[in-house]
Amino acid sequence: MAVPGTELSTRLPGALKDAAIAAFIALALFVFLIGIRTVDAAGVFPLRARPWLLAVFVGAIFTGRLALNLFWWNGSETSGTLAKALAPVTGLAERSARWLAPALIAFAAFLPFMPFADRYVLDVSIMVLTYIMLGWGLNVVVGLAGLLDLGYVAFYAVGAYSYALIATHFGLSFWVSLPLAGLLAALWGIILGFPVLRLRGDYLAIVTLAFGEMIRIILINWYSLTNGPDGISRIPRPSFFGLQLTRNGEPSFHEYFGLTYSPLQRITYLFYIILALALLTNFVTKRLRNLPIGRAWEALREDEIACRSLGINTRNTKLTAFAIGAMFGGFAGSFFATRQGFISPESFTFIESAIILAIVVLGGMGSQIGVVVAAVVMIGGFELFRELEQFRMLMFGAAMVAIMIWRPRGLITAREPSVYLKEKKPVSADLVQEGHG
Amino acid sequence: MEYFLQQLINGLTLGSIYGLIAIGYTMVYGIIGMINFAHGDIFMVGAFIALISFIALLSAGLTFVPLALLIVLIISMSFTAMWGWTVERIAYRPLRASFRLAPLITAIGMSITLQNFVQTAQGARVKPLQPIISGGFEIMEHDGFIVNLSYMQILIILITVGLMIAFSLIISRTPLGRAQRACEQDRTMAELSGINVDRTISLTFVMGAALAAVAGVMYLLYYGVIDFYIGFIAGIKAFTAAVLGGIGSLPGAMLGGMIIGLIEVFWSAYFSIDYKDVAAFSMLVLVLIFMPSGLLGRPEVEKV
Repeated sequence: MAVPGTELSTRLPGALKDAAIAAFIALALFVFLIGIRTVDAAGVFPLRARPWLLAVFVGAIFTGRLALNLFWWNGSETSGTLAKALAPVTGLAERSARWLAPALIAFAAFLPFMPFADRYVLDVSIMVLTYIMLGWGLNVVVGLAGLLDLGYVAFYAVGAYSYALIATHFGLSFWVSLPLAGLLAALWGIILGFPVLRLRGDYLAIVTLAFGEMIRIILINWYSLTNGPDGISRIPRPSFFGLQLTRNGEPSFHEYFGLTYSPLQRITYLFYIILALALLTNFVTKRLRNLPIGRAWEALREDEIACRSLGINTRNTKLTAFAIGAMFGGFAGSFFATRQGFISPESFTFIESAIILAIVVLGGMGSQIGVVVAAVVMIGGFELFRELEQFRMLMFGAAMVAIMIWRPRGLITAREPSVYLKEKKPVSADLVQEGHG
Repeated sequence: MEYFLQQLINGLTLGSIYGLIAIGYTMVYGIIGMINFAHGDIFMVGAFIALISFIALLSAGLTFVPLALLIVLIISMSFTAMWGWTVERIAYRPLRASFRLAPLITAIGMSITLQNFVQTAQGARVKPLQPIISGGFEIMEHDGFIVNLSYMQILIILITVGLMIAFSLIISRTPLGRAQRACEQDRTMAELSGINVDRTISLTFVMGAALAAVAGVMYLLYYGVIDFYIGFIAGIKAFTAAVLGGIGSLPGAMLGGMIIGLIEVFWSAYFSIDYKDVAAFSMLVLVLIFMPSGLLGRPEVEKV
């Protein structure tokens, strides 16, 4: 590491040494995994050496580390430089929360009528909104109640399968099935929440993860109900007050309103459905925070023992958090099923849970606007790299690590207090337990 | 009876592999109180390094199996240990003073990164390895059903027992082990009495990764195929094993691994192979609810 406040030339030898060590470690790490490639075709020597690729990687690490040493870590604080550099940006986001949220909602409401809003933009927006909704739903469990749930995708799956099964077997419409699917998901939230009431922290995380995987395995293997890995197809689309948004629907939306048919109408309609669902999630969460139950959640997160000694029923508090979070997950799942028209257990892997949790934590736990920022950054960024199919997940994982190290408290660190005297003052995340507030 | 015996042998072999991975979880959890989510993927990296070095050695003309195996073990252990060290250095050390969830998130990120790194670098297909060690003993035969104890299984169980003894000795007898136990009990106090805490934690990761690498080599030899995804499920099961045995306890991890291996094998043999993972996960849930401190663990005292 460089010595504080010295000239570039005097820092050079140390920087070179440090970079050389880094390059050596990189060489050791990559020599087998990058330097040699196993060839898929069967042969006598199914290996192929890739010395140049290895050299490129090691060289990149050497120069990167050297540059970091010389120009970035100016000898002073090694950490927080980037955070300081970006502080105005994030600070602005925090201060502007008052008008940012209405502005974002207005932007979202008019998005389908913007000139650039083609089918691709709308599809991506629908996906981002779905994740925002999931993030807000999970925020109830993780951000408010402090229960680390790594199996949130289970409720998403329950919602999706409930809707798909109800709609295909009983022919109920989307708007009837949606609350049913939400209720079923909430029920599952209670069923899965009950056994884990006594667990906390990491143990809770791993058990909920196991639950998520169990639900997926059951979905794969219960062939008679779920059609197994083949999934359920031809799931009905939502209707607009009985009007179908398809070309040959009877009665059809475009004929009723005298419009020419365009598939964009259906996408736009779906966009507004998910926007409404997401805003409903946000609204309900915000209101719940002011109710006794919401305060009990936050108290539970801060100190469970104190909570219990104050007479809060921790069992019911935890179960309501699980149930409400699960219900929103179920709504989002129903929406997912009706949007895709086809669902299979493949859509509900652990990686989905990890993405949703990452959105909540990277956004700054408990922060509603943070979830929006994180979802746009993560899912939008993910979408930007669509060309690089192979490297997408790799970048995603690396970004998760990098953002967390750079801002462990999440992108939006200030918290809005739910109870205050006379005026609201943002609370720094450092002042609350577990970093969420 | 013969079928039962055969499954018992298979279960113990599988259990050895889980147990070795579980030790990595239990040591890390013991010392810094976090679930090293990327540990399963470290195991997968170990298996890949072993596969590549095995093929390289064989194609270089080294056909004397014991020597090749020894070299592969050493290579895989040392290089995987490097990975373990790097993961700790990059993803966990900067967050040591942070709140509890932060390292869990970076661990999940690291797990995704490692999986996809290996997938991109080595391809997504299943990688086969020709059988290296074949043959075995026929223990008994009855009504045409032969109970087999292969050399491979003997080797796996022997190596596991040997490593268990060696690591128990390291933990209980050496200065490093003493430092580890001190950090586990009270990190601040250990630092005050002159223990280099960062170095001790790094070495814990290195040891855990080396054991995971051994498990990776065994998995590769036993099943003959690996892919980039093997770390995830094996990781959860090994964690289950660590919890079952009592987190923080080395013999507990081994015992837990054996039990999980047996449950999985017997469940597949007598009930349903499709639901074998569900059996292992249900076990995890049941243990955590009814016996949170595990079989050999110390109960956690909650402080206000």
